[in-house]
Amino acid sequence: MYDIKAYFEAETIDEATRLLADNPNLIVIAGGTDVLIKIHHGKIQKAELLSIRKIKSLEGIRKLEDGRIIIGPLSTFTQIINDPVIKENIPILAEAALSMGGPQIRNVATIGGNICNGATSADSAPSLFVLNAELKLKGQQGERIVPIQDFYLGPGRVDLKPGEILTEIIISPENYIGYAGHYIKFSARKAMDIAILGVAVLCKIKEGTIFEDVRIGLGVAGPTPLRCPEAEAYAKGKSVSAQVIAEIGRLAVKSTKARTSWRASKEYREHLVEELTQRALKAAIVKAGGEEIA
Amino acid sequence: MFWGFLGRREGSLLRQFRLKVNGKEVQVEAPAGITLLKLLRDYLGLTGTKEGCGEGECGACTVLLDGVAVVSCLLPAAKAEGREVTTIEGLAQGEKLHPLQEAFISEGAVQCGFCTPGMILSAKALLDNNPRPTKDEIREALSGNLCRCTGYSQIVRAVEKAAEVMARGE
Ligand SMILES: Cc1cc2nc3c(=O)[nH]c(=O)nc-3n(C[C@H](O)[C@H](O)[C@H](O)COP(=O)(O)OP(=O)(O)OC[C@H]3O[C@@H](n4cnc5c(N)ncnc54)[C@H](O)[C@@H]3O)c2cc1C
Ligand code: FES
Ligand code: FES
Repeated sequence: MYDIKAYFEAETIDEATRLLADNPNLIVIAGGTDVLIKIHHGKIQKAELLSIRKIKSLEGIRKLEDGRIIIGPLSTFTQIINDPVIKENIPILAEAALSMGGPQIRNVATIGGNICNGATSADSAPSLFVLNAELKLKGQQGERIVPIQDFYLGPGRVDLKPGEILTEIIISPENYIGYAGHYIKFSARKAMDIAILGVAVLCKIKEGTIFEDVRIGLGVAGPTPLRCPEAEAYAKGKSVSAQVIAEIGRLAVKSTKARTSWRASKEYREHLVEELTQRALKAAIVKAGGEEIA
Repeated sequence: MFWGFLGRREGSLLRQFRLKVNGKEVQVEAPAGITLLKLLRDYLGLTGTKEGCGEGECGACTVLLDGVAVVSCLLPAAKAEGREVTTIEGLAQGEKLHPLQEAFISEGAVQCGFCTPGMILSAKALLDNNPRPTKDEIREALSGNLCRCTGYSQIVRAVEKAAEVMARGE
């Protein structure tokens, strides 16, 4: 039994933003897999919910003529795994989606909910960070576009102004064409477990041997998902070798703010960052057409 | 659409739910904030669907919603309004068990039986889309269902066997 005081259902974005503007207590609910757990645990009481599930314009995944990929926030993890646009252009996001929950959760949980929930463990986040995803947010005042890196403010806190909803996740062609990536979710169990660490690496290789660009996105390595600017800057222009990859792994740790939780200690997480960044990078290099590095 | 301000205690504010369960239209009055799991068990008497964790972790409460496996403990019953729900009670045809049910029995995939209804519905969702799955595909499809008794291998074997039987059209 959920402690739900009111439940609204919007059918258009405009209706949703209007309802939110009129009632600041309303909580948006998409798949509900985070919101309902919070209600169940009593973290939200007398919930007043606004379901956005029926808003057709928030669904679907498409590629525009200019190459931009638009992901509707209501896309479920199952839809992301099976979508041809995702599989062909940004398969790293499908890998990340497959690592999330189990089939029943993936059938219901949405990518928009995963982002807006603001968890550092969100399995979509490391991949969306390295893809430089942009988020379109709409409210009664108008719309704005925010890079995903600026959207995460702190644990469970995101840059959603009162009355705003996430309406599009945008990936630009300059952030995926020529790149290949790899996602590693490290958790105690393979299925149905929260990541101890999530590592996404995206890279572009020049002439088979030179790092033109390397991007590293980490989940659970700090209060929010994060990128590793030092390691990324170091990698640019270096030739691909085991030594350089090892140094990238070491530098990646510098950007982390890991802490100890019951799942893992700070030291263990840092060790994982160093090791798994290298593994993910090695896998990404091969996918990007580079040589395999042992 | 707005359902009005709803009471928060069970029994305070009721609403009508209309949905299709196992092929039959049902209409039932129940507290508005109820989960589909509770609606099925306590208001429709369909106690085949089990409650384990109540938080989406164990899969015991798995049912099919419009053919897709979902955990009914995390689904407000209101979301099932106007949709089709399949529970374990909907699988047998009269006295004839579904091939998955037969295979779970013959392969020893049932011990205490608490996970079985959820396992079978996850397996049915798989076979409906992929009639000849590999072992890995079966494990993946059942990865959201916990079993504390069997050790899983008999369950995977049962799904393989059911797939064979169904492919032969028995
Ligand atoms: C058993 C179980 C296992 C899980 N496993 C994982 C896992 O492995 N990895 C993982 O990352 N997560 C996991 N989760 C967490 C959860 O399923 C995901 O975060 C999911 O993506 C949330 O999506 P949702 O649609 O269900 O969100 P909801 O619960 O509907 O919403 C989540 C938050 O986002 C807000 N919101 C949703 N959509 C919008 C929008 N368009 N605009 C503005 N705000 C919005 C809501 O107000 C709420 O604050 C798990 C949860 C459960 C119950
Ligand atoms: S009771 Fe629903 S998943 Fe455990
Ligand atoms: S048979 Fe007992 S939990 Fe699976």
